[in-house]
Amino acid sequence: MMTRLMRMVALVSGAMAALMLAGCGERPQVIDYKQGKYQGKKDEPPYMAAPYNGNQEQWERDIRNRTQNQNEYRRIGS
Amino acid sequence: MARMKFLCDAERCIECNGCVTACKQEHDVPWGVNRRRVVTINDGVPGERSISVACMHCSDAPCMAVCPVDCFYRSEEGVVLHDKDLCIGCGYCFYACPFGAPQFPQAGAFGVRGKMDKCTFCAGGPEKDNSEAEFKKYGRNRLAEGKLPACAEMCATKALLGGDGDTIAEIYRQRATTRGKGSEVWGWSTAYGRPEAPKPAPVAPPGGKS
Repeated sequence: MMTRLMRMVALVSGAMAALMLAGCGERPQVIDYKQGKYQGKKDEPPYMAAPYNGNQEQWERDIRNRTQNQNEYRRIGS
Repeated sequence: MARMKFLCDAERCIECNGCVTACKQEHDVPWGVNRRRVVTINDGVPGERSISVACMHCSDAPCMAVCPVDCFYRSEEGVVLHDKDLCIGCGYCFYACPFGAPQFPQAGAFGVRGKMDKCTFCAGGPEKDNSEAEFKKYGRNRLAEGKLPACAEMCATKALLGGDGDTIAEIYRQRATTRGKGSEVWGWSTAYGRPEAPKPAPVAPPGGKS
């Protein structure tokens, strides 16, 4: 019983120490600035996410067809 | 895919502001920010012309050149976008842009400048595509859904064209060559038909009285 309690105390104190030490970590507050270069977050191409999941060909085909919807000579015939 | 562009056909724009409303609604754009607007030249004078203006996603964008924190980038499709986490809201891009595209939310009691907001060609921004964070900062990402910008797709007269530059230029070219120019474009004859050619005189049947 006693050993169990001791183990529990050691575990809790270990976890507490780890938690408190985590607060000591320091993250850089300023960006490493390089003039003339975009340093923001990287953006993924539009076909990478769902529903295309990387199928660039299908995405391009869909966009091309959609663009032609703006052409009434083609959409409804001239 | 070439570069994504907008093209506004001044002969067709009827200043309905449908594109402005579509944009506002699609991206939940805050009060005071107009990513798109309709500009009318010679308003009220016969022959007035209107065009819908937003970010033109310039190939050599002046906003990119003047940004002191380099928060702009160009996507694979030629769409000029920016990272709002880097933007300091200085307003340099507003002075540089010939179209007045960059907008600044007037947040707070003293109207301090917020992060710059502009048309994204409905392509979101540098957050996970179609995520809540992307919608909150940049609006909806229609390109990732395989759709074109809401303003162009909602345009009733199809004055505003959006999409691959070569394709929309070809649509416009076909349109301009088909409709002609001057009074042929929106004149009386276009609305009510051209005057009919005079009918040929009836020909008497051979060898008989009519």
